[in-house]
Amino acid sequence: MSPRITFITAGRILRQLLNDHRTVGLILAVPALIIALISAIMDEAPRVFDQTGLILLAAFPFMLMFMITSITLLRERTGGTLERLMTTPTGKLDLVVGYAIAFGTAAAAQTAVAATVAFWFLGLDTAGPTWAVFLICIVTALFGMALGLFVSAFATTEFQAIQFMPVFVVPQLFLCGLIWPADQMAGWLQGVSDALPLTYAVKALTEVQLNPDVTGDMWADLAVVLGAVVVATVLGAATLRRRTD
Amino acid sequence: MPSTPAIVVTDLVVDRGKKPVLRSVSTEISAGTVTGLLGPSGSGKTTFIRSIVGTQKVKSGTVQVLGHPAGTKPLRRRVAYVTQDASIYRDLSVKANVAYFAALYGRSRHEAMQAIEGVGMGDHADKLAGNLSGGQKTRTSLACALVIEPEVLVLDEPTVGLDPVIREELWDRFRALAAGGATLLVSSHVMDEADRCDRLLLLRDGVFIADDTPADLRAATGTANLEAAFLHLIRALEGVN
Ligand SMILES: Nc1ncnc2c1ncn2[C@@H]1O[C@H](COP(=O)(O)OP(=O)(O)OP(=O)(O)O)[C@@H](O)[C@H]1O
Ligand SMILES: [Mg+2]
Repeated sequence: MSPRITFITAGRILRQLLNDHRTVGLILAVPALIIALISAIMDEAPRVFDQTGLILLAAFPFMLMFMITSITLLRERTGGTLERLMTTPTGKLDLVVGYAIAFGTAAAAQTAVAATVAFWFLGLDTAGPTWAVFLICIVTALFGMALGLFVSAFATTEFQAIQFMPVFVVPQLFLCGLIWPADQMAGWLQGVSDALPLTYAVKALTEVQLNPDVTGDMWADLAVVLGAVVVATVLGAATLRRRTD
Repeated sequence: MPSTPAIVVTDLVVDRGKKPVLRSVSTEISAGTVTGLLGPSGSGKTTFIRSIVGTQKVKSGTVQVLGHPAGTKPLRRRVAYVTQDASIYRDLSVKANVAYFAALYGRSRHEAMQAIEGVGMGDHADKLAGNLSGGQKTRTSLACALVIEPEVLVLDEPTVGLDPVIREELWDRFRALAAGGATLLVSSHVMDEADRCDRLLLLRDGVFIADDTPADLRAATGTANLEAAFLHLIRALEGVN
């Protein structure tokens, strides 16, 4: 792996993203707008919004990164640029970490806008520090990226890649505690929930929600998500083949 | 003509989708030459080229490039590959595309601009690659390889869809690169380009039916042009079968 090539790759991916003005607009505006909508829906229940809004702050970059990573990488595979890159000094890890840096930056920008709106204008409240929320959101976004990277190997068209959303993303969103607390689900489902990395992102956020100081439990939960990022990234990198049929 | 082999292919067998595509081909390509790879559509030209750059899974046989097994790490700075379909980023400008590949090899933006001028794309440098015509995409893809000044340059049908003037310029360029010591392997459908090669590999149904200089090929078949020579060889083979 070469840091120089990794950063060149990240720069190229970011430039691709920035050239698509409409996508940039959607990335920055949509989560803030939806969180504002949720806040208006939960007008009478600000305590519920404190939870739901907070989880959404992490859920959006997770979904975003999953989608843009799987589609961008699929384009590299089908457009021949991946084959070309494999004949250049670019290593698989250069490419994967380049993706993580580029889309991690995008996720940070998205989270910054959404969090600013949520905390300042919509009155979202946590006992713990905002930076902890931010950190959890970025790590969760990286998990979305790593999952998208891995999944893109199993799609041959962009249409298929989109169809992976309901398979890999939606169940995690339903089971992570966004729509219903995990401890009030059917027993067997709690087991499933415990096996999904996004659940730990929500647990970490809940720690920040309830405790003025950053807790050891939060770090432990975040470590689980980070572990999932590493596993999915390694699996994803393994799907990048230098030689194909 | 220097005779050190830059590429050595020995008993190469490749299957694609369980069907044999290359059935035990062998050849040596000398350094500092331009070799033409000719053959009908589906004969295995791209497959052969992918084996040379090390992106093709091979069943058996060996491919050595500059003394290393094809596609291995030391070769990735020394071998450049231009795919048949332009492999460039549609959502980047021509300049950003070439500058990216240039940067991977430590080449400057200035060198990237020179490569763009070199393929006659200077006026379109700021255009998004997705908005280019087919031939312009091909030239951009070519510039991405030329900018790195590789020792071995492998080009899969680089002149398809280009007008005669640019084709002529590119062939002059290929000749100049070979004169400077680079080794070029160029696949083509077009027989009039074959005459500009030092050596020709004629691929048909996964085997080389000729591996010779253009002059010797014409002499051996007693024909005036290469198109006729190729037809002669094919008819002779079909006569045998
Ligand atoms: N991905 C693939 N999977 C299975 N078979 C393939 C694949 N790609 C090519 N083939 C088959 O391999 C054979 C050789 O293909 P190849 O692309 O090497 O031909 P070619 O000489 O480059 O043709 P053209 O001049 O049309 O580019 C063809 O019969 C083709 O159908
Ligand atoms: Mg081909």
